[in-house]
Amino acid sequence: MSVMEQDSAGAPARASLMNDPKVRGYFYQMLLVVLLLTFGYIIVTNTVANLERQNIASGWGFIENTAGFGIIQSLVPYAETSSYGRAIFVGFLNTVLVAVVGIFFATIIGFLVGIARLSNNWVISRIAYCYVELVRNVPLLLQIFFWYFAVLRAVPGKREKWSLFDTFHLNIAGLRGPKPIWEPGAEFIGYALIIAIVASIFVSRWARKRQEETGQQFPVFWTGLGLIVGLPVITYFVTGMPMTLEHPNFIETGPALRRGFELGVGINLIPEFLALTAALAIYTAAFIAEIVRAGIQAVSHGQTEASHALGLRQGPTLRLVIIPQAMRVIIPPLTSQYLNLTKNSSLAVAIAFPDLVSVGGTVLNQTGQAIEIIGIWMAVYLSLSLITSAFMNWYNQRMALVER
Amino acid sequence: MANSNIFQIRTEEAPTLPAPVSTTGAIGWMRKNLFSSISNTILTFIGILLAYWIIAPFIQFAFVDAVWTGENREACLPQDGGHGGACWAYVEAYFPQFIYGRYPSAETWRVDIVYALFALLLVPLAIPSAPFKRTNAILFLVVFPIVAYFLLTGLVIGDTVVLPIVETAVWGGLLVTLVIAVTGIVASLPLGIALALGRRSQMPIIKLVSIIFIEFWRGVPLITVLFMSSVMLPLFLPEGVTFDKLLRVLIGVTLFSAAYMAEVVRGGLQAIPKGQYEGAMALGLRFWPMMYLIVLPQALKLVIPGIVNTFIGLFKDTTLVLIVGMFDLLGQIQSSFTDPTWSTPSQGHTGYLFAAIVFFVFCFGMSRYSIFMENKLHTGHKR
Amino acid sequence: MSKKILPLVLGAAMGVAASTAAGATTLEDVKAKGFIQCGVSQGLPGFSNPDAQGNWTGLDVDLCRAMAAAVFGDASAVKFTPLSAKERFTALQSGEVDVLSRNTTWTMSRDTQLGLNFAGVNYYDGQGFMVRKDLGVTSALELSGASVCTNTGTTTELNVADYFRANNMQYEIVAFEKADEVVAAYDAGRCDVYTTDASGLYAQRLKLTNPGDHMVLPEIISKEPLGPVVRQGDDEWFNIAKWTLNAMINAEEMGVTSANVDEMKGSDNPSVKRLLGAEGAFGEGIGLSNDWAYNIIKNVGNYEESFNANVGPDTPLGISRGVNALWSDGGFLYAPPVR
Repeated sequence: MSVMEQDSAGAPARASLMNDPKVRGYFYQMLLVVLLLTFGYIIVTNTVANLERQNIASGWGFIENTAGFGIIQSLVPYAETSSYGRAIFVGFLNTVLVAVVGIFFATIIGFLVGIARLSNNWVISRIAYCYVELVRNVPLLLQIFFWYFAVLRAVPGKREKWSLFDTFHLNIAGLRGPKPIWEPGAEFIGYALIIAIVASIFVSRWARKRQEETGQQFPVFWTGLGLIVGLPVITYFVTGMPMTLEHPNFIETGPALRRGFELGVGINLIPEFLALTAALAIYTAAFIAEIVRAGIQAVSHGQTEASHALGLRQGPTLRLVIIPQAMRVIIPPLTSQYLNLTKNSSLAVAIAFPDLVSVGGTVLNQTGQAIEIIGIWMAVYLSLSLITSAFMNWYNQRMALVER
Repeated sequence: MANSNIFQIRTEEAPTLPAPVSTTGAIGWMRKNLFSSISNTILTFIGILLAYWIIAPFIQFAFVDAVWTGENREACLPQDGGHGGACWAYVEAYFPQFIYGRYPSAETWRVDIVYALFALLLVPLAIPSAPFKRTNAILFLVVFPIVAYFLLTGLVIGDTVVLPIVETAVWGGLLVTLVIAVTGIVASLPLGIALALGRRSQMPIIKLVSIIFIEFWRGVPLITVLFMSSVMLPLFLPEGVTFDKLLRVLIGVTLFSAAYMAEVVRGGLQAIPKGQYEGAMALGLRFWPMMYLIVLPQALKLVIPGIVNTFIGLFKDTTLVLIVGMFDLLGQIQSSFTDPTWSTPSQGHTGYLFAAIVFFVFCFGMSRYSIFMENKLHTGHKR
Repeated sequence: MSKKILPLVLGAAMGVAASTAAGATTLEDVKAKGFIQCGVSQGLPGFSNPDAQGNWTGLDVDLCRAMAAAVFGDASAVKFTPLSAKERFTALQSGEVDVLSRNTTWTMSRDTQLGLNFAGVNYYDGQGFMVRKDLGVTSALELSGASVCTNTGTTTELNVADYFRANNMQYEIVAFEKADEVVAAYDAGRCDVYTTDASGLYAQRLKLTNPGDHMVLPEIISKEPLGPVVRQGDDEWFNIAKWTLNAMINAEEMGVTSANVDEMKGSDNPSVKRLLGAEGAFGEGIGLSNDWAYNIIKNVGNYEESFNANVGPDTPLGISRGVNALWSDGGFLYAPPVR
């Protein structure tokens, strides 16, 4: 539309076209478009000329070529004979893994610390305060190095271990635990889980409807929990326990190199993953804590008083009055923290965790195709950002509706 | 009978008794804040224990077991084969490198002058009551960058060498950290303002371009931006033109922080009541005079805390340049770990601790300043 | 209007810092600016390593200094740009550096697909393995089940994958961005094995807390000819790089050293005379003065001197000549004659 509508309506005819804001608006926009196109044209021609002159290969053909290098952690089958495309996909999944696990822990720690910040207990609120200030004001990369290099030296070497319940073992090669091996019939457990989730959704709908009509409450949470946990467990026993645990194999005899945990037996969380997730979760949690604190403080005390006056106890007051209102303040900045965590996971490259940037960098080196690789990076992070913010916007809208 | 004494009226005021011991002083405070209930008491003890577990080893490492003087690793090697305390002697020996990088030692006075000028101009700018704000700002934003540029890189007029050229490849340590952070923030400010105005513009193309630009840079991690500027930017330039590596990083960082700056400024613009715009237009001001005279001065003042926070973020993020092979403070410290003269088990911890302290002092100081400004600026709105 | 001036100032500053190389050839360009810009590693003792004062030394550094001596007669007319493995080729392609002398392996794909030319080999290397002595391993074939630390983005990462696969051994790879991080992680015990070029192993071993606790295994699993690289398409500059290296090797073969080069200039040996410019006009053939080789040897020394000063048995690295001896001594070094 026009620049300033209030001007154009009923204004006397101007002497010069230049003074018409509408015309000027078009002019500036045309100018911008022309400038951008020129800029883009220069860059593209330069790049094409450079690629040609320097005889650098380009195009997406390399995706199919054999990667030839190993990747220490992969969620999908990967071998040195896999393609570059596969390698990048492995890196992408690792990024997602770090982001999801990091967000999970950052949220828990962040909410705990945020609430602790408001605690009446002086010691607790001070500790929370120190945590927040200390963690926020030290660069994340430094914290990642700290967790990786400083903590790495403190855990036992490869031929020793610290064990918890003789099930989880920690040493410098990572945190090992039992791996579930599914046998035929195990898919029913998955079906059971899906059925349970669907059932709990229906139960909660029905319960809400009933409460609105009759005022009677129904223990939705416990029913849902019972369904989601109970149904798969029952299925597990009914189908004849189609799962065994593969415990890590710790070899204590034989040549020195063979001692320690056998590779590929049990689940191993490599130290790079642990350090990165720990650093990301702890760093982001400090920011989340401040958001949570601000969110809770934003709910006026009158709300609590009114709710008490209505006869609600402390628990329901928090759950039904304070938290829903606080969440509305919390969610938008929380979204951007989640996005930050996802983007910060790219610092994995500093400690050899094979995330998207790290693996992509290796491919970039082997193939020399900078533009394609950086294009992939940008596209992936941008779409992750857009998806997350879209989801959060949707959630935010839902929360905001509760307002009325 | 003497009935005059049946009234029990006090003639003098009873002395105010002190509150019960259990509610005042340290004990009362502790009762109220630490041991008000059983669960609270348990929390207190857990908290104290937690603090003890973290603080005690830290003090042990940083002070008790620390080695303060020494010539080489021999001084810091633990006698009993254990881990040993912090090796501050190593930090002392490397201190010039951490501050100047490998800047030639004969020329470091130039860096000192830049540091001093920076502090001298920044402090009065930061104190709200200091006079000559306008002159000061111009000196800081225009004159200082030029002076600093020639002081740091060198100055050759014709054939006379006024200041010997020092290539950016030898810069390092805190110098690089500050150069990147300060240039990034100062250069991104005008770009950020332009983008913020663009995003609020009613011209659809300008608005669209601004939004795409902002969301693009905000959506990608800084490290990919740095890789892009170190690996891809050279391909964009015509044949034979090359940019200095530091400059390439600066371009990447500036574009990156401009997007964040734009969002900060946009927040400030949105906070300006519509009446201000309307009033300005009623006075017959055009767009730019209106922005320059009425809106931006108010908006920018409002977003000072936001700008400081962006700066803190950028200051911390400068550490990422070590991944693309530049030596900022952290990079310089890391590269010193490989010096066999000082290699001890505690060297890494000492170096990281030193870096953490430096960054903490800078960032914490700035965040305090940001809070101070926020309180100062919000006096009008406080209820 | 400070905000309007600022971009202008920055623009001006950028204009100054952006060096425009208008010259048609690298040699003209280098002569115009008065120095050679040489891409080196970020710190690899013996090959290219800065000391606390920022002075670079090493075998790769000497080659750049020799090129500067050949072009300018002054070995100090060279500036060094430390480059990561990832950046090195782009830096050369874009003209940020004039020559890349950064222990770079000569491979077919790099030679043919990246727009680069390898000017020769200044160190014949091969990939090796370093382990802790207390592991009791004596051969790389015993390394099954090991975790291996290495650099990302190098040929070593590919070689180690091939080697373990070919020998049907299990392994776990931890690939870091920077060599210093590999050393730190290996030193912390994250890996059993550190693999890179054998020369690099000797160099990096110096950085470990207790170098004496580690040993390099005898197996060499790959061919790693390391050499200087220049941009493709500028044959003159390519020749200068190639013949600088050849001059150093030829000088060693003829027994010309920095100490006796003045004396040797008057030698009767025709090949020495040709090398040192007393006979013929070989320097002009590569666009330089005829005493180009004299300048190299006078200022930097011959290959042997450079080798012994930087990586040889008397240095902390303690590498023997091995395959890097002259062909006449049973090694691989064989430079075409100056004729």
